[in-house]
Amino acid sequence: MADFLYLYRGGQRASSPEQSEKVMQKWTAWMKELAERGHMKDRGQPLEETGKVVKRDKTVTDGPYAESKDLVGGFTLVEAKDLAQAAELSKGCPIFDNGGFVEVRPIMEM
Amino acid sequence: MESGEHLFRREAGRMVASLARIFGIQNLDLAEDVVQDAFCRALDAWKQRGMPDNPAAWLMKTAKNRAIDVLRRERTARTFEPALARSYHSEWTLVPTVNELLDPAAIEDDQLRMMFTCCHPRLNAPAQIALVLNLLCGFSIDEIAHAFLSGHAAIEKRIQRAKKVLAQTNDLFDLADRDFPARLASVQRALYLLFSEGYHSASPSAAVRSELCEEAMRLATLLRDRELTATPSTRALCALMYLNAARLPGRLDAAGELSSLSEQDRSRWDRALIEKGSELLDASATGEHLSEYHVEAAIALVHARAPSVAATDWSEVVRLYDILMKVRPSPIIALNRAIAIAQAEGPARGLAAIREIQQSERLGAYPFYHAALGDLEAKCGAPESAVQHFREALALAHNPAERRYLQRRIATIEMPQRI
Repeated sequence: MADFLYLYRGGQRASSPEQSEKVMQKWTAWMKELAERGHMKDRGQPLEETGKVVKRDKTVTDGPYAESKDLVGGFTLVEAKDLAQAAELSKGCPIFDNGGFVEVRPIMEM
Repeated sequence: MESGEHLFRREAGRMVASLARIFGIQNLDLAEDVVQDAFCRALDAWKQRGMPDNPAAWLMKTAKNRAIDVLRRERTARTFEPALARSYHSEWTLVPTVNELLDPAAIEDDQLRMMFTCCHPRLNAPAQIALVLNLLCGFSIDEIAHAFLSGHAAIEKRIQRAKKVLAQTNDLFDLADRDFPARLASVQRALYLLFSEGYHSASPSAAVRSELCEEAMRLATLLRDRELTATPSTRALCALMYLNAARLPGRLDAAGELSSLSEQDRSRWDRALIEKGSELLDASATGEHLSEYHVEAAIALVHARAPSVAATDWSEVVRLYDILMKVRPSPIIALNRAIAIAQAEGPARGLAAIREIQQSERLGAYPFYHAALGDLEAKCGAPESAVQHFREALALAHNPAERRYLQRRIATIEMPQRI
């Protein structure tokens, strides 16, 4: 087994309370399924949308706004047989329902 | 979700009402933006880590922080209520003022005040109901359009127009206002119609029907929980809702088809709700004023207690309709009275009573008028005339369930000999 990081990128915001509730239920179910099948290592953390970008010349600006549609919104650490399985598992993520996507990155073995 | 279905929607209703007091009803858009922001934030925070123990408090706190940000940004650009505007202008008073406005005790009142505000006399009933669903029940435009089998654009327009009317009022309705009794009557009427919309919903989905009924009952309970608004007519309205809601499971048969009172499986009626409704009706029998809700609840109770259509005390129903015709006369009530007379005294007497209805031309577009004529003509042994009336009803029917019901009736009359 190896470790993989899911980076949740982009996705539209829910437009009504009821829709928020449905999205919430889907995420809860997906997270639960990952855990029950023994793939969950760390549920991870959501990230604030705004922050600072420190450039090479050490200037600090607000950001990162440039590619906000692909912005990383959170991460989760999972365990899988290989990259192919980790990618397959990510297909159940509810982020695909509202225009976002998942980046699957193997954690480098030390 | 453990905390109950539609938690988000209900919280949205509470939050919009409270924020409308902070921003003023003329800045309702700000209140709605802040609420939507709070939900998006909650979703981002919770979708991975799960919901906190007290999601409602989390949402309100998030909305409060966001409201403070918005007030800092908008305090010079927008017009607020003068006394509040002064507090918002100073950093010393901004946060304490918002804290005070969002005190839990104050929040309970805000929902009532918002309900009264939505039932503004310049708005017609459909606009009032759409606003109540949108602002107090957290329904999106699409959800309202879906419930009323209407288009998104039509509902959006109706709500936008209604919000413009609200924006011209200065503040949420003050429960100490001298217009209170009249406004309470409008609120009761709107909730009654919201409930009826669910009960007779054109929507083929049983879930949509019961949701509208539940929302109407929830808001009516808010009225009943406050001494000021818990008048005998409020109690009677609640009783009526319980007694009808108890029979809701029987309105659709196992296949999801609409069934008439005579066909309903009465074992599916909710006995506990019937008892609750009956107790409430007893409790509402105080004071001088007999409202239409009292009489309608009494009629509903006769039906709810009867073991079958045949064993129903129809002469009591007729007597109650006679009273209802005095309290709130209308051609539709006259029609229901005639149907009760047919049950009590025979179909011929029922038909005669229908013919005596004043302004019966107003019933022409009402499918149940033609269906009632068809039903009684059939019972009087006039199948051709009956079928003709059922066909007229069919042409006017509102939804597929009604159409299928009428088609069934026509089919049974046209070929009974083959059975």
